[in-house]
Amino acid sequence: MNMRDKAAVVGVGSTPYYKRGQSLPQTPLEMAGKAMLAALDDAGLTVDDVDGLALYSMGLGGDTSLFAQVMGIPEVRFTATLTGGGGGAAGSVGLAAAAIHAGMATTVVSLMTLQQAVSRFGTSYAPRGRPGAQYSAPPSPEKDFTSPSGLMGPGQMFAVLAMRHMHLYGTRREHFAEVAISTRENAIKRETSIMKTPLTLDDYFSARLIAEPLCLYDFCLECDGAVAVVTTSLDRAKDLRHPPVKVTASAHGGMGRWGQAITWMNMPDEYFTSSGHRPVAKRLWAMAGMTAADVDVALIYDHFSPMVIMQLEDYGFCGIGEGGPFVADGNIRYGTGSIPVNTHGGNLSEAYIIGMTHVKEGVEQIRGTAVNQVADASVALVTGGPASIPTSSLLLTR
Amino acid sequence: MTPDANTEEPLAKLPPAELIALTPDVWTTPYWDATAQHRLVVPRCTSCGTYRFPPSAFCYVCRTQVVEWVEQSGRGTLYSYTVAWHPLLPDVSDSVPYVPAVVELPDTGGVRLIANLVDVRPSEVRIGMDLELVWRDVHEGVTVPTFRPA
Repeated sequence: MNMRDKAAVVGVGSTPYYKRGQSLPQTPLEMAGKAMLAALDDAGLTVDDVDGLALYSMGLGGDTSLFAQVMGIPEVRFTATLTGGGGGAAGSVGLAAAAIHAGMATTVVSLMTLQQAVSRFGTSYAPRGRPGAQYSAPPSPEKDFTSPSGLMGPGQMFAVLAMRHMHLYGTRREHFAEVAISTRENAIKRETSIMKTPLTLDDYFSARLIAEPLCLYDFCLECDGAVAVVTTSLDRAKDLRHPPVKVTASAHGGMGRWGQAITWMNMPDEYFTSSGHRPVAKRLWAMAGMTAADVDVALIYDHFSPMVIMQLEDYGFCGIGEGGPFVADGNIRYGTGSIPVNTHGGNLSEAYIIGMTHVKEGVEQIRGTAVNQVADASVALVTGGPASIPTSSLLLTR
Repeated sequence: MTPDANTEEPLAKLPPAELIALTPDVWTTPYWDATAQHRLVVPRCTSCGTYRFPPSAFCYVCRTQVVEWVEQSGRGTLYSYTVAWHPLLPDVSDSVPYVPAVVELPDTGGVRLIANLVDVRPSEVRIGMDLELVWRDVHEGVTVPTFRPA
């Protein structure tokens, strides 16, 4: 028996979102604590109820030990981290649901805290020991085959995928622009957004190219902040403050030969120009017994605008290679499109907390309390970042 | 897609040699030893004949460890690329634009190298174009492949 509808998200909380470096003098752990307390308060729970942590990437900025000690979690009964980077964002909540379904813990917190004052993800593959590169990946025999070319940031690497997608399918920069512009429209109406000024097509095409074909507005923001999500059993959720938001399905992973993806570039030709999500999507839909047609709102990890297009393809909202025209036809617009995408303003315009803002928005949409509420939203798709494996996703329902 | 049509478009540059350092292991050392002698070699499984790249400890098809090193002609096809117009680090401010490219080697089952394109203006680059290898001697004993239009 799988974990379909066995657990529910009952609380979400965050710190304010800051431009890179502006969260100082708070510490990353301090922001993590504030986000967790906010999420527990939202649920009507306290730290005394927490017995699990289901994380991804760098999660707490450290590991569970210091966080549990500082926050006084009575007993930790489950602590695990999805490997990889932002790919595991949505999947961390699936990991929480799995732990609860397995009986290992009752109330599990998923969390991301981020402070880029001295560490910019934009240069996360840069050679070490250089100004601005303090957070870069350590030297490795594998990196020797990538670094000499000057590929040093994820944006440059995803640009390589985007360029081939354009070559194969006729995708154009106008299509990427539509992702950036529609997302900005959604962000403008929200207090929490970093970017609140309208973005026009002229602005887009006047912006500097960073890594062709990507310009400034194809890149996500560089932010600080923390977001926490509390998951518990569906039974327990029924007694809490908000109506339960069911974890109907979650999946993570990917093809082994997708592997390190953008840092090795030898993925099979068949899915080179993809988000890496195809096998994950297949398992998500199978667990839920649903398809893309059932989704009311999609919170799609948007570190780089072309990867939204490739995820729309990989989750079946449109055919492979048809993502560009699909967005150009207005399908992802809030209010008028067939599948509203990133109603919170995404990583591109609200804030970049490595995908956890997408989970928060998915929960608020299902509760019916979102700022840009999709009428009667009852199924929300949340995806983690296209990245090295694992990628992940989460299906939330009423 | 040039950044400014009014200025003459520069030839693709190269990232600075100071940023390039290698940390090979037992499986990649033969590759870098060969490049230092201006020879491009790719490992092939001695059991099932599958090429694997980067060089690694196992054949991903049959899990055999032993490889033979197959010398390449230096011809390639452009699979994809980006043009780095904006320096992500101060260290590369004098080196933009540079063109990291993914180059497919013929007769290897689709092995791709990541290497810079040279002797080309960014707007002239086309996916599918034929390329030929140009060795870049970076430091004493360190040579990396780059490619130019054939």
